[in-house]
Amino acid sequence: MIYSKEILENLYLTMVKIRYVEESFIEPIAKGLIRCPVHLYTGQEAIATGLGASLSKEDYIFGNHRSHGHYIAKGGDITELIAEVYCRKDGCSRGRGGSMHIISPENGVMGIVPIVAGTISLATGAALSSKIRNDKRVTVSFFGDGATGEGVLYESMNFASLKKLPIIFVCENNLYSTHLPIDEIRTNRRIYEIAGPLGIKAERVNGNDVIEVYRKAQLAVEYCREGNGPYFIEYLTYRQRGHVGPDDNVQGTHTDIRPKNEIEEWLLNDPIIKMENIMIKEGGFTEYEISEMKKSIVNEINHFTDIALKSPKPPAEDSKMYLFYENEN
Amino acid sequence: MKMKINFGLAINQALHQLFSTDENIMLIGQGVKSPWYVGNTCTGLIDRFGENRVIDTPVSENAMTGIAVGSAITGMKSIVVHPRVDFVLYAMDPIINQAANWHFMNGGKSCVPVVFWLIINRGGEQAAQHSQALHALFTHIPGLKVIAPSTPYDVKGMLVSAINDMNPVVFIDDRWLYRFDEDVPEELYKIPLGKGVVRNSGNDLTIVSFSYTAKLCEEAVKELQKYNISAEFIDLRTIKPLDEDIILNSVNKTGRLLIVDGAWRFNGVSSEIAAIIAEKAFNKLKAPLRRLTLPDTPAPASSTLEDVYYIKSSDIVKSAIEILKF
Repeated sequence: MIYSKEILENLYLTMVKIRYVEESFIEPIAKGLIRCPVHLYTGQEAIATGLGASLSKEDYIFGNHRSHGHYIAKGGDITELIAEVYCRKDGCSRGRGGSMHIISPENGVMGIVPIVAGTISLATGAALSSKIRNDKRVTVSFFGDGATGEGVLYESMNFASLKKLPIIFVCENNLYSTHLPIDEIRTNRRIYEIAGPLGIKAERVNGNDVIEVYRKAQLAVEYCREGNGPYFIEYLTYRQRGHVGPDDNVQGTHTDIRPKNEIEEWLLNDPIIKMENIMIKEGGFTEYEISEMKKSIVNEINHFTDIALKSPKPPAEDSKMYLFYENEN
Repeated sequence: MKMKINFGLAINQALHQLFSTDENIMLIGQGVKSPWYVGNTCTGLIDRFGENRVIDTPVSENAMTGIAVGSAITGMKSIVVHPRVDFVLYAMDPIINQAANWHFMNGGKSCVPVVFWLIINRGGEQAAQHSQALHALFTHIPGLKVIAPSTPYDVKGMLVSAINDMNPVVFIDDRWLYRFDEDVPEELYKIPLGKGVVRNSGNDLTIVSFSYTAKLCEEAVKELQKYNISAEFIDLRTIKPLDEDIILNSVNKTGRLLIVDGAWRFNGVSSEIAAIIAEKAFNKLKAPLRRLTLPDTPAPASSTLEDVYYIKSSDIVKSAIEILKF
């Protein structure tokens, strides 16, 4: 085992936090208590977790519609996230953004939007800021396999390569672009191959193995911090839930997308279960310790939810607030 | 100290002075190295401030605009130039979805101090895709400010305000303005955004315009004096937020209004001003207001067609006289 118990525990706790926050939304969505579109990260936790643990607080990340995990792994306040998903006044975006617009600039969570590929150029701009200021920050741009259909990805990669920007392009290939399986949007599944022709170092990593994600992410972060960027990583993973909301898009149901046997296979490859096995077999943890950790996270998230739900919705009289920043002069 | 300089050089002077006083200012866009694209506006910037902050780019309008937005979100004050307005249509997502909504949808947690500098470069038989004046598209969007100055003095002072504004600003520039010169103070100064100016006081009718057609209006006002018509001419300078008061005060006095906009008619800036007059000065009008705009057709190539397409100062004179005949 190459990592200390402390590192393993932190990686595990972050993954479990993300999982429980996501799963805590399922019932309220079904009951209509949460109304904004929510894209659950369940099944992909290892990617945000391994990358988040490799970055410093000052580093920047930009995300997409499925970004609760990115926000949490980068240190965003969980109570504020939950409040935002419920569109409350004390949410991280003050109830103006909902699940698809969460932000925590003080933790480097700089922008999350649901326009596919919409933040890739913004992230490239953030990396340009860092290059101009020579502040040694690294930016991570999170997007999915669906974004590989957008021209702005290639424009951004070309520019980042040309200017040697400190940015990691992270493609979370979960095999589905909303309702379309990957074979209906591309002629091959090897997404990482798009970066090489633009002069960008690229690799494919098992996105359900948090230790592997962490190990490779540290190398990529170091590579960019030393001025060798950009870097491209394709993480192979699987969207355990549906595209949006609690509908799991199982074949034979209303949305009729994913085959049951495929879902079952990937559930056996669940990143959290995988990590638990590693912790027990190689990390010196007991099953009891792990179950206690889980319990404490569940209690913590329940507590955060209680606090978040005490916040009211924003008052109607504030409907025009935040249109413009009020300049000082 | 003042110096007589033309419109393009006033932009150049503003950029040089802003860059030297604030190291967080950057400029990115296609052609910043080339007078072919940006005239004399960027002369000397790369030599003085380096290619890190003054960046000529691959032809990738969407990403370059998004990069300017992303830089602005992370502490820079960025300017992105599109040497033909037409090219910016590839970049509507970073402008409208991202920059315009950003401060609001993030609950005030983040700002986008970016200037989208869009240059209209019409005439010269350049046809439909090198000639469009698309400012009305941007004025429709909450969260954007849109400026369209017409004089060297204004463009320098308004650029200083725009670049220091913590919100996204669309700067509509027009190459037809670059030949005009006037005295411009050498030091940095600010002209507030959202304030129009009365360029000529008069009592018989109000003429409202901005950008290049403002210069045509100035000529027309002089011509109208020969007919003993005293026109009050307002140069709006900023088209959003619109200086409603300056228009209403004038129309309340004159009771007659001519709106001149060198862009299309339908749902244009002239439509918005007309609606404001209908809502807020309905009983002050002595005659129906008139709008002088481009026809709702694409810009042609051939010079004979261009000649009837673009507004001339004689058209403004004619429309003013017709309003007074009502």
